[in-house]
Amino acid sequence: MHPIAEKIQTRFPEGFISSNEWRGDLAISVKREALHDVCAYIRTDPELDCDYMVHVSSVDWPDEAERFEVVYEVYSIRKRHRIRIKTRVPENDCRVDSMVDLWMGANFMEREVFDMMGIRFNHHPDLRRILMPDDYTEGYPLRKDFPVQGKGWRDTFDFLNDPN
Amino acid sequence: MGLVQIGPPAKDGDIGIMTLSLEKAVNWARKGSLWPMTFGLACCAIEMIAAVSSRYDIDRYGAGVFRASPRQSDLMIVAGTVCRRMAPVIRKIYDQMPEPKYVISMGSCATSGNIYDSYSVVQGVDRFVPVDIYVPGCPPTPEALFDGIFKLQDRIMQKRVFTKQPEQVKVVRA
Repeated sequence: MHPIAEKIQTRFPEGFISSNEWRGDLAISVKREALHDVCAYIRTDPELDCDYMVHVSSVDWPDEAERFEVVYEVYSIRKRHRIRIKTRVPENDCRVDSMVDLWMGANFMEREVFDMMGIRFNHHPDLRRILMPDDYTEGYPLRKDFPVQGKGWRDTFDFLNDPN
Repeated sequence: MGLVQIGPPAKDGDIGIMTLSLEKAVNWARKGSLWPMTFGLACCAIEMIAAVSSRYDIDRYGAGVFRASPRQSDLMIVAGTVCRRMAPVIRKIYDQMPEPKYVISMGSCATSGNIYDSYSVVQGVDRFVPVDIYVPGCPPTPEALFDGIFKLQDRIMQKRVFTKQPEQVKVVRA
């Protein structure tokens, strides 16, 4: 096991699920309840010291019990290592703790995950849609059960009938 | 310059006089000063910019004065993928342009959506603004854009100026 994964496992024995290393990329799966604590540890621990939030993304696994997966990728500029942190979210309770209090850069990326996949972030300061319009009602376009052509929004030009 | 000379040809040394219908003169003036709107939406805009540059020089056809305001422009070149979120903006800009106004749909995306058969891409800009000329290509070369401009100039020469034209865009009010 990777030494960083071992360090996190000994620190969070309940929250840690598994770790995976592939071509030099370390990925750690944690329980949703422990996600914020693990991230705070990764952010503040002087040996890990991950000060840069590279990316927030999400994966839809439609056939699995916990359908959605939120993926955080963090990097340490001083120590030059990167860690991918994954957590699973069930469909009926799409909620994860927001990381904006740890990394300010997570703000817009979490909004994008919310916009495209419909996963809500607890304590996010400004959780609105970011790419789609605020009044978009068709759902979340990146989910696997969303039709590629959408549900008609791209062909409704209601502004043509606007008297202004 | 594309003017049709109707009177007898002037001999050498004569004062340059030619007779023609006022309609032709107006159309000739219009086609020679097409001021386009800067409206690049995607990669087609790069080819549009290349058409302005000195190598291709769109100025030779009087269409090189790109305006940043729709109120000063005659021609809107919709260059690139039209997202649904951009559609009201395009329509508003089209409505703000003074008559006579023309629209060139540049590239496959603006014409038909191209491969982007997705929830956010409008399948052709002609669904909400009337298009005069479609320029195919992905992206079209500057030469292809010029061909579209020539075709538009041919169409302008055929327009009737002093007879009432049928309304081009009928907006159906719900």
